[in-house]
Amino acid sequence: MNVHTPLILAEGVYKRFGRTEVLRGIDLAVAPGEVCCIIGPSGSGKSTLLRCVNHLEKIQAGRIWVDGQMVGYADHGDHLQELPDREVQRRRAQIGMVFQRFNLFPHMTALENVVEGPIGVSRRPRAEAEEHARWLLERVGLAEKANAYPRHLSGGQQQRVAIARALAMRPRAMLFDEPTSALDPELVGEVLTVMKALAAEGMTMMVVTHEVSFAREVADTVVFMDEGQIVEHGPARDVIIDPQSPRTREFLTRVS
Amino acid sequence: MPVRPLRRPWRWGAGAVIIVVAALLARSIATNPRFEWSVAWDYVFSRQLAEGALMTLQLTVICMVIGVALGITLAIMRQSDLWLVRRAADLYVWFFRGTPVLVQIIFWFNLAALYPVIAVGVPGLEPWVTLDANTIITPMAAALLALGLNEAAYMSEIVRAGLLSVDDGQREAAQSLGMSRARIMRRIVLPQAMRVIIPPTGNETIGMLKTTALVSVVAVADLLYVTQTIYSQTFQTIPLLIAASIWYITLTTILSIGQARLEKRYSRGAHEVDTTPWTHRVRISLARFHAPVPRRLS
Repeated sequence: MNVHTPLILAEGVYKRFGRTEVLRGIDLAVAPGEVCCIIGPSGSGKSTLLRCVNHLEKIQAGRIWVDGQMVGYADHGDHLQELPDREVQRRRAQIGMVFQRFNLFPHMTALENVVEGPIGVSRRPRAEAEEHARWLLERVGLAEKANAYPRHLSGGQQQRVAIARALAMRPRAMLFDEPTSALDPELVGEVLTVMKALAAEGMTMMVVTHEVSFAREVADTVVFMDEGQIVEHGPARDVIIDPQSPRTREFLTRVS
Repeated sequence: MPVRPLRRPWRWGAGAVIIVVAALLARSIATNPRFEWSVAWDYVFSRQLAEGALMTLQLTVICMVIGVALGITLAIMRQSDLWLVRRAADLYVWFFRGTPVLVQIIFWFNLAALYPVIAVGVPGLEPWVTLDANTIITPMAAALLALGLNEAAYMSEIVRAGLLSVDDGQREAAQSLGMSRARIMRRIVLPQAMRVIIPPTGNETIGMLKTTALVSVVAVADLLYVTQTIYSQTFQTIPLLIAASIWYITLTTILSIGQARLEKRYSRGAHEVDTTPWTHRVRISLARFHAPVPRRLS
């Protein structure tokens, strides 16, 4: 796959919950190594779009590909065949996800959280998985917290463990769903620092965020969504500093 | 200026009444010769009662294992995406909770009247195995079936409450790692649900230990049946019932201690484990009871 083929590609993605249309025809391409920030008012469908990328939500129309593989379905020419659970799980394992409320497993230590996927899903030997996990915890600055339970960690520390847990699966891309929204203001910085380092290493990232300054600083592209549609999409500086759509402009003045 | 605490004469009065009643009761129990304490005490350590207690314990353990395993299955069925699966589990719970367990025991015991022959195989073909219901439904089998299946109905409610107590974000995080449904249930959801499941399950186990006394009606040699057999010959009804009660109360006490241990184990990571010894905790609560009214003025 060359650099110009998108790693994540969405075409005409349509999704509704009951009678509410949440995504109304989303077309989006994220190149390998690109950091794409999705901003927009709450209820605009940005988190839902992220969740569709690893098939936590099913879509009613359109297609999504990650690394050339269609998400959730197989193309049989005349129809789309829903994939068996095992195949969906295999593909999910290649995409890391970080949640707003961390969702660490509270009955496991930080280290156990990080090795759960590699050992249980990827069937790696425990010693190797633990070595990798300790290295990851060190990278997020939590080497000394390996044996701490989540409740003994601050929100920022928990979120960094959650990032390490997602990275432990050696994902092709990382999805961040408002990773700093549940944090006290003074803890936001430590999580963003880890994410910046990840971006600098060339990880492909889709980040739903309210941190406009992070988007401006780190993102390659910024997507502005409203009412289930992409209103504006382009290089980060263009969208944030010189937005073309009045809706984007209005949103940006409200949040910054 | 010194503060004089409020006098509370009613508290002292209530305490005095309790002490007097307790003393009278104790004297009556100790001095009434018809309790025949020495007889009761001898029977506590008799071989028959010990064997009966062992049978009671066996019944409790086996029935709880059946109840928990089937209860987890039913609870998972009740969360199924399929309407038919959910309704089947509901129907099961409705039926077994709706009929007295004593009736169920007698019913299973008399199964042979309904199905004299039990055949295993594919319908329409020659059965692989044919069994005589009278031989396989022994009193013990009837007891296990009735108590185990009945318990499953109650356990499924307890397990379901536990499963519902686990945040959806936990399942999502596990899914995003690519974990299978079975693994998510086993590694992520159930261990967390345990915190909610264990306390009522302990109560169920203690309840089961006592409910097993019902199986004496179908002549399973449990603690109560053994006791009844003896006093029907010796007519020492009261001392034998006391001896059996000593066994029951000892066993339930041991189970309660085990329950407390288990609760501690499954609270791992959830909240601070209280390591204060119980004697100390009692003293703390007594101290609170005796604490003087907080001083506002000084």
